[in-house]
Amino acid sequence: MRFVSFFADGKTLAAPDALKPPDVSAAPVPFYKLPVLDPPDFFGHLPFSHELQAFLSGKLLSFDELPYPMDMIHEHYLHGCLTYVKGIAVDVGGSFVCKRCGNDKPRLFASFSCFRCKETECVYCRKCLVMGRISRCTPLVRWCGPQLDWRVDDVALEWDGDLSAAQKKASDQMVSRIGDEGELLIWAVCGAGKTEVLFHGVEKALKAGQRVCLATPRTDVVLELLPRLRKVFPGVTLAGLYGGSEEKSEGAQLIVSTTHQLYRFREAFDLVVVDEVDAFPYSYDQSLEYAVHQAKKGNALLVYLSATPSRKMKKSASLGHLAHVRIPVRFHGFPLPVPRFVWCGNWKKRLKKGRLPSNVVDWVSHQLEVKRQGFLFVPSVAALHQVVALLKAGFPGIEGVHAEDPERKEKVMKFRKGEVSIVVTTTILERGVTVPFTDVAVLGAEEDIFTESALVQIAGRSGRSKDDPAGDVLFFHYGRTNAMVDAKRHIEGMNKEAEL
Amino acid sequence: MNYCLYCDKGFYDPVNWRSVLGLADEVHFCEVCSSSFERIQGEVCEICGRSFSLFPEKYRQENRCNDCLRWEEDDKWRGILAKNRSLYVYNDFLKELISRLKYRGDAELVNGFRQELKGVYRQEFKGCVAVPMPLSRERHYERGFNQAQLLAGLLGVEVVHAVNRVLHEKKQSKKSRRERLEMRERIFMLGVDEELVKGKSIVLVDDVYTTGATIRQAAIVLKEAGARSIASLTLAR
Ligand SMILES: [Zn+2]
Ligand SMILES: [Zn+2]
Ligand SMILES: [Zn+2]
Ligand SMILES: [Zn+2]
Repeated sequence: MRFVSFFADGKTLAAPDALKPPDVSAAPVPFYKLPVLDPPDFFGHLPFSHELQAFLSGKLLSFDELPYPMDMIHEHYLHGCLTYVKGIAVDVGGSFVCKRCGNDKPRLFASFSCFRCKETECVYCRKCLVMGRISRCTPLVRWCGPQLDWRVDDVALEWDGDLSAAQKKASDQMVSRIGDEGELLIWAVCGAGKTEVLFHGVEKALKAGQRVCLATPRTDVVLELLPRLRKVFPGVTLAGLYGGSEEKSEGAQLIVSTTHQLYRFREAFDLVVVDEVDAFPYSYDQSLEYAVHQAKKGNALLVYLSATPSRKMKKSASLGHLAHVRIPVRFHGFPLPVPRFVWCGNWKKRLKKGRLPSNVVDWVSHQLEVKRQGFLFVPSVAALHQVVALLKAGFPGIEGVHAEDPERKEKVMKFRKGEVSIVVTTTILERGVTVPFTDVAVLGAEEDIFTESALVQIAGRSGRSKDDPAGDVLFFHYGRTNAMVDAKRHIEGMNKEAEL
Repeated sequence: MNYCLYCDKGFYDPVNWRSVLGLADEVHFCEVCSSSFERIQGEVCEICGRSFSLFPEKYRQENRCNDCLRWEEDDKWRGILAKNRSLYVYNDFLKELISRLKYRGDAELVNGFRQELKGVYRQEFKGCVAVPMPLSRERHYERGFNQAQLLAGLLGVEVVHAVNRVLHEKKQSKKSRRERLEMRERIFMLGVDEELVKGKSIVLVDDVYTTGATIRQAAIVLKEAGARSIASLTLAR
């Protein structure tokens, strides 16, 4: 698509070539070659599409992402309800910047001879391709018409559960900050019951007419949170966003989203809660941080929910730059299981020879004997396949699950029903998997992938149920690492702080 | 430090005497990705270029696979496609890569195949005019580019856009074999003056050879326009 610019009522405006005013004879050019455009005047008396308003408010989308005809979109532009902005800009230093994902690494831009804009070198961003290609000839569309308005009279929290003392302290802290601009870290151990901690704060924000987003790295967490929130906030428009979701409730006031989906939002939320707990092996990388910061309004409150905050976050918390509140104790009040280190020799070499370390085999057979289920974490998918094959040959009820496993859901279900005794895995499974009488072991705990925070999260998978609060956590290793020692210290520190 | 064209992992070029002398080709993919490509080597079907090493003995007769034998039994299609040659086995890795190229629109990926494609062209198709398999206007606009055109452009030889797609793409693979063999609908038309095609040896370029039906549909248009011979070159088979 190519555009023309024209001058009307003292403003520089743009139109797709096919929709240009009849008296404009300027040659069409790719969008990025247009002069600087003025925001069009808003004609408040003209009707606008409420559907488009709901779809586009607080977002930054390309034409391809908008399921509306071009002429309808452009009419809203001419009426001042939306603006066109460049998808890829050039910064002062002459480098490209993607306006959607913030990418500014030269190697992640490329170009091609473009059938749409007819440029021989149409530059595009390779970083955020998964969400649809943004190239220099792609304008992004922003809503600038009337704001969305929700019926807040119907907002009420329908939940009569109890909060523990530690949960309540965190909840109160969050409630007191609603309406403020800034950040708050809720540092909660795995199994602290952190969703409930959010309820009152979210209620206050919704009642004040704020738009709220809960962001988590994982789709399965979105799917788990949706029904819970629908139940406790029945009067609220609620939407779940994840890759492949078919969004129906456009313009919802409360949004539960994977962190990735936030790239599509701009200055949308008054309250954003970023949940990064139990995220291993997903991590909160820099571009996701960018996505979160772009998605919130300038004066929003940003709440981090973490069991294992980054070094940077811990430092700014201890220096007092980042307000924080700790929940050092689990919901059931029992301490976190402290990992034990068990030397298992050169397990990789053994695997190559088709054998497992004998103490790992002993652990599996012990679990089966005492009828306790178990997670066995391994550092790679390759190791997973080897270990599963070897265990299956000797024991019943063994299953392997990795992050991209297409049968993941079925296998998790089997584990939950007790049909599978030991799950060998490379990833933290769904949070719903809190089966009592479950222990945790890690094979190759010395591997780089097992960082302090990964190990803390893994250890946090055991002892989650009040019926069985004292799970066992074993780190089978071939040389202890700082990460292992730090993880153990981290857990002991939390227990000490909780005076357990 | 290089960065892998596919997974963006940083890696160091393997240093050997060729790279020291600046003779080595640029390495585009990291070690893990590179090892995921399965180059088609050894014995292949003399027509469609599929690797016989991956193919059960019972589905071939001498140097041809059964699929090709059936094409050649048909009066309409006999000899229409002289041969096809493909670089790699269309495995899961390459499927993902090609889907990122086409459906995500990551045009840059084609640059990882320049040397290899040029090599096969030199060996098998020297002197042939390159004709990219076309897309319909709708599909071309949607994608912003035609991947076959990008691949043809890597060869560094004359590229003629000799064929146009007049029927919008449907899922070719969903049709039955019978429907494919019959192929009564016209999908392609000659897009240039016959003189540019007449008497020429032509190599059609595309990303994947699957059933060979679409490529033959384009080939027959060129044949009718007087092309001497038509072959094809694809990234995957
Ligand atoms: Zn981008
Ligand atoms: Zn373009
Ligand atoms: Zn790679
Ligand atoms: Zn064949």
